[in-house]
Amino acid sequence: MPNFFTENEDRLFQFNNLDIKEIVEIIEDNYKQAEKYDYAPENYKDAIDTYKRILTIAGQICAEIIDPLARSVDEEGAKFKDGEVEYAHGTKVALETLKKADLMGGTLPRVYGGLNLPNVINNIIIEMVSEADASLMNIYGLQDIGVTINKFGSKEQKDKYLPLFCSGEVTGAMDLTEPEAGSDLQAVQLKATYDEKEGVWRLNGVKRFITNGCADIHLVLARSEEGTKDARGLSMFLYKRDKDMKIRRIEEKLGIHGSPTTELQFNDAKAELVGKRKLGLIKYVMSLMNGARLGVSLQALGIAQAAYNKALKYALERKQFGQKIIEFPAVYDMLTNDKLDIEITRSLIYYTSKLVDETEALEKIIEEGNLDRESLTKYRERLKIVSKKADTFTPLSKYYSTEMANKVCYDAIQVHGGTGYMKDFDVERHYRDARITSIYEGTTQLQVVAAIGGIVTHIMDDEYEGFRNRAKGHEGEFIDVYEKLKKYEKMLHEAIEKVQEKKEKTYYDYMARTVVDMALLIWFAYKLMEESKKSSKKSMLARKFTVERLPVFEALYKKVMEADETTIRNYEELLGIKI
Amino acid sequence: MYKIVVLVKQVPDTHNITANAMKEDGTVNRAALPTIFNPEDLNALEAALEIKDKFGAEVTAITMGPPAAADVLRECLYRGADKVILLTDRAFAGADTLATSYVISEAIKKLGKVDIVFAGRQAIDGDTAQVGPQTAEKLDIPQIGYMLELKSLKKDVIEVKRAIENGVEVVKCKLPVLITVTEQTNTPRFPSAKKVAVYKKAMTKSEINKIDPNQSYIDPSKYSEEYLRNKGLLIEEWGLNDLKLDPSMCGFAGSPTKVYKIDSVVLEAKETKNYEPTFEGVSTLIHELIQQHIIG
Repeated sequence: MPNFFTENEDRLFQFNNLDIKEIVEIIEDNYKQAEKYDYAPENYKDAIDTYKRILTIAGQICAEIIDPLARSVDEEGAKFKDGEVEYAHGTKVALETLKKADLMGGTLPRVYGGLNLPNVINNIIIEMVSEADASLMNIYGLQDIGVTINKFGSKEQKDKYLPLFCSGEVTGAMDLTEPEAGSDLQAVQLKATYDEKEGVWRLNGVKRFITNGCADIHLVLARSEEGTKDARGLSMFLYKRDKDMKIRRIEEKLGIHGSPTTELQFNDAKAELVGKRKLGLIKYVMSLMNGARLGVSLQALGIAQAAYNKALKYALERKQFGQKIIEFPAVYDMLTNDKLDIEITRSLIYYTSKLVDETEALEKIIEEGNLDRESLTKYRERLKIVSKKADTFTPLSKYYSTEMANKVCYDAIQVHGGTGYMKDFDVERHYRDARITSIYEGTTQLQVVAAIGGIVTHIMDDEYEGFRNRAKGHEGEFIDVYEKLKKYEKMLHEAIEKVQEKKEKTYYDYMARTVVDMALLIWFAYKLMEESKKSSKKSMLARKFTVERLPVFEALYKKVMEADETTIRNYEELLGIKI
Repeated sequence: MYKIVVLVKQVPDTHNITANAMKEDGTVNRAALPTIFNPEDLNALEAALEIKDKFGAEVTAITMGPPAAADVLRECLYRGADKVILLTDRAFAGADTLATSYVISEAIKKLGKVDIVFAGRQAIDGDTAQVGPQTAEKLDIPQIGYMLELKSLKKDVIEVKRAIENGVEVVKCKLPVLITVTEQTNTPRFPSAKKVAVYKKAMTKSEINKIDPNQSYIDPSKYSEEYLRNKGLLIEEWGLNDLKLDPSMCGFAGSPTKVYKIDSVVLEAKETKNYEPTFEGVSTLIHELIQQHIIG
């Protein structure tokens, strides 16, 4: 029986090497939850065994039910009829199947009926769902709305809404974007006014490009402070679908046809405030966005896996010039590089997921307040570092994975040749689906902006040091590479100094992506070498990476150190424009 | 609340046949093949669970087999069965369909009042499609074969659409009834993530003794029969004595079927014939059946 979990060698490798003992211990309250809930694990082995079983069920559903329906979902798309959205048939079947298998509410606590999974485990499910049908991930992944309510909502809100998310009775939407507020969310104008008479908030205005706007539960970013113009006047509201919100239209899109993208009009719609006023964008949306960005990273990774699988299959079947095309160096060059890219991305995303888990676990311990002063200080310090890492690795993941997915899909069509350009094969769908990932939830360019801050404050130094310390004494065949990377770390420091030394921020902004690439190259090399201790295949990939990819580092270094301003000074003339 | 029994079977995975799939005497070499949940029994379980979801029911799954057959019973629990029973005894080994249906029908009698028994049409190992009907005969209850769809269930009357050659028919029947189900009847559900987390720990008494504390997440010192029963995790085992059975009617001793020889047969599709449901039509049919030595 096909299974996206048990049949994916790399997913299994990553799962078997997760090492999340401390995280699980904390989220399971030292396994005390087992006394209260029959489906809670009694120890770490038990937890890992259950995770594996859950992932196996999800992997089977993805392979047997969702994947075979994906083509029809793409062709049919979500429809707009009489002011209401109708999911494609396949979308409905997929959601119903996941719901029946109790795969909703993955990371939500058991008290609401959730599975209390670590993010890193739940994220493997999201990745597999994306591999099966990228458009379904948008609806499935929007359970994040429940997660945000759990983090910032009141007890009443949690009691009322979270069980609905866990049972799969409701889906969610996050209503942020407006016609004049896309990347720049500070410009949000949708108005929230307090209705004194009824003691409720009322929403008025328009939201655009809202994924799954037909959802039952919305989190809406709105301007609650009249007269304000920036982020400090925005609050977050929980809106439960009723007649006071109209779906005006759904968009015709290049890809992810199963995911309805809507325009919404709120007419005096009743809503509840979530958390505190004025923290809407500054705190809550930032947190929600981080979750969503990781979700899109997983979506991109899943799409890349699907496209790669199909390209590999085709290359094995297709014969030209009397041989299978996979035997041509130009073809296996593409496919081996795609495999390398998929696997390093998976390492990056799973590691990021673990950082998110660690952050949440530490926050939980500190919040519970059963610590003596000394351990409290220790945990707080650790939290500071880990959460900063999570905040940097999340945009890094999104940046790298979504660009990677676009490239892998491009290659997948290339391997298929002219056939791949036709609708008869799936790769053109994957190519269209992948395209949005580097745009929504913050474009690649904005991910670089979000990540560069961490890089220039040397967040990576601790990472690199960790890799080196763990490898000390058994660098093995890679001993030279470890030496080289030490040198590269110094070069990265120089590059960081270089971009910061100029008074104008323009050069810093212009070179940000290059510096981010440099930092990532070192991280990937270390990571692959670490993984190569546990797998000979990873060892091959590590060698390939250090030989074929790492040399680019020096070119990037030169580019930064040159400090050439030709483009910055002349881009207007170059483009023939005048601003 | 309806009481439903589902008959399930662990079968060799005939999709993955190897050269030693058959023993020299022509019987199936079960040890050489991986085992799976008989596909159409999953449909039978689904039919029961759909009634449970819609009308409320207590679903009991029973299987006859070696101790390892507890696996399919856990699979039933993962999907929503309320109770499972393993019919196992050395004396049951080597049973043909007659001996099997004897043991199963006696087990159902022991369960008390039962409204519906669901069985898969046939198992992929023997392909006989006999155990369901024979069980109904032994229980002396009506049977409906090849269910396609449940039309209605009102008090003690069930209405079912069933497949017949060249068409369908809708039949009404008073409970209790035995119904056989095919792959066309429904789409079996997947295991539930939550139920798997709970019932992966369900086991028979004999399985408790086999826990390897180094491998398992289970602390064997904690797992007694008593402990499992209290938690609703004990898979009951019924043997010859529990059911007070006649040993001469069980297992090899109770099986008139003997494998004489094995032939490789290629089935050829033959045309179908229609007979009018009239006196003349039926007598023509009977006449032809006698002529071809099928009956008589």
